[in-house]
Amino acid sequence: MADSTEVPIRESETPTISIAVDFYGGLHTLFGKGQHKLAIPAADKSGNPATIGFLVTHLCETKMNDPRTELFVLDGHIRPGILVLINEADWELEGEEAYEIQSGDNIVFVSTLHGG
Amino acid sequence: MAPALCAICKTARALIKRPKNHTKLCKSCFITIFEDEVHHTITSSQLFYPGEKVAIGASGGKDSTVLASVLKTLNERHGYGLELVLLSIDEGIRGYRDDSLETVKKNAAQYDMPLLVVGYDELYGWTMDQVVETIGKKGNCTYCGVFRRQALDRGAKMLGIRHVVTGHNADDVAETVLMNLLRGDLSRLSRSTSIVTGDNKSEVKRSKPLKYSYEKEIVLYAHHKKLEYFSTECIYSPEAFRGSARTLIKQLERVRPSAILDIVRSGEDMARLVPGESASSCGGCKSKTETPVAVLEDDVGGCGSSNGRTPGGEMAAMDKQLRENEEAEGLEVDITKLVLEGKNGQREKRDKPTTRQVLGKCQRCGYMSSQDICQACTLLEGLNKNRPQIQI
Repeated sequence: MADSTEVPIRESETPTISIAVDFYGGLHTLFGKGQHKLAIPAADKSGNPATIGFLVTHLCETKMNDPRTELFVLDGHIRPGILVLINEADWELEGEEAYEIQSGDNIVFVSTLHGG
Repeated sequence: MAPALCAICKTARALIKRPKNHTKLCKSCFITIFEDEVHHTITSSQLFYPGEKVAIGASGGKDSTVLASVLKTLNERHGYGLELVLLSIDEGIRGYRDDSLETVKKNAAQYDMPLLVVGYDELYGWTMDQVVETIGKKGNCTYCGVFRRQALDRGAKMLGIRHVVTGHNADDVAETVLMNLLRGDLSRLSRSTSIVTGDNKSEVKRSKPLKYSYEKEIVLYAHHKKLEYFSTECIYSPEAFRGSARTLIKQLERVRPSAILDIVRSGEDMARLVPGESASSCGGCKSKTETPVAVLEDDVGGCGSSNGRTPGGEMAAMDKQLRENEEAEGLEVDITKLVLEGKNGQREKRDKPTTRQVLGKCQRCGYMSSQDICQACTLLEGLNKNRPQIQI
């Protein structure tokens, strides 16, 4: 985890970052649609920069319109078998959950779990 | 951090980390190596002969879409001389299959391949919607699986084609290996690991060219090549998503990605010890494919490429199969003996294929079957008995 930002952040004026989040491979059904343009908080509640780990929780809390959260998250982590691409690159190349999201990033979630 | 560069071309940014060996690759090198490896599997297993007519079992899902795309590419690149046809099964599930069939139709146009769609209604007189109306949602996957297997073979026959390729991937095979190990079902273990099932005696042979391809790479291949595929779970098996063998495989992959191919290889090695059966291996190119006498009842679990994803009905089918396999019991002892005694005369004697696998014809429909009445006809009999009650 990166150091927390020095600037104290108040709930009311939390800065946001704009990103694009896409869901493929059946995941779109959990989030209403495939393509989302989002403004997410730039930092979590303790002031740490928004990471993929934070985004996943944020998506579950604010965007998922299906009660079956276990199809996306298992034990607090992205469900094994769901691929995450950060600007087209496998998240394993980018630090996985610890990757700090930048403005303009494109985050893609692709499920491999649906039938073929 | 500076973006990693591709390990092959050393110029483009790496976008893929290969699960089997952690190599970092750029998009175009990944696509090339993925295709090259499937080509290697095809040539080292001598899957096709020039001029062969091959039907691709196409569901519109990721695996069969990638299979169709790769086979078309390789056929043109390496001059296989194959005549490729898409073969789709319409189970008759409204809101599911009719949508995915649209995807297959698009694929057929894109890849310029003829498409044949065979319906359960024309083959069996029942759509899956009607089956579910009759027996309920529990166990319907068994019916679907048994019907589908014959449907592909029958469809192929209608087209005058003796070879059907399916999109089974390494994850599917690993999953089946684990399940068959846990069941102690040696003969199925052998079949499920071999790249080809069916031989000259059977009318239609099956093979899985993507057997060594990771599901992850299949999905990434589709993503980076922008292939269109359909990915909605069957409406009748929402729980199938949680198949425990599948979940286990995916968790193993997360911890150690090479685990999937390791399981496939282990399955092949164990299958080689099963008397009377042998599995092919492409990786080391050790043995030429010696195809076991085949095997109508593969994939009883239903749901296309995913044996393990179906709960309930599959267990019943498995139990049945196990009872039928009783006579294979003696083989368990033989294996230890065989290993100890090596390749002496004793082995030859015991290596004879088990009688259970002798292919005959179903007395009812005339379709090839290892039993007097094939599984499809047995299931149909039960369904037809129930029909009058339903229609009241």
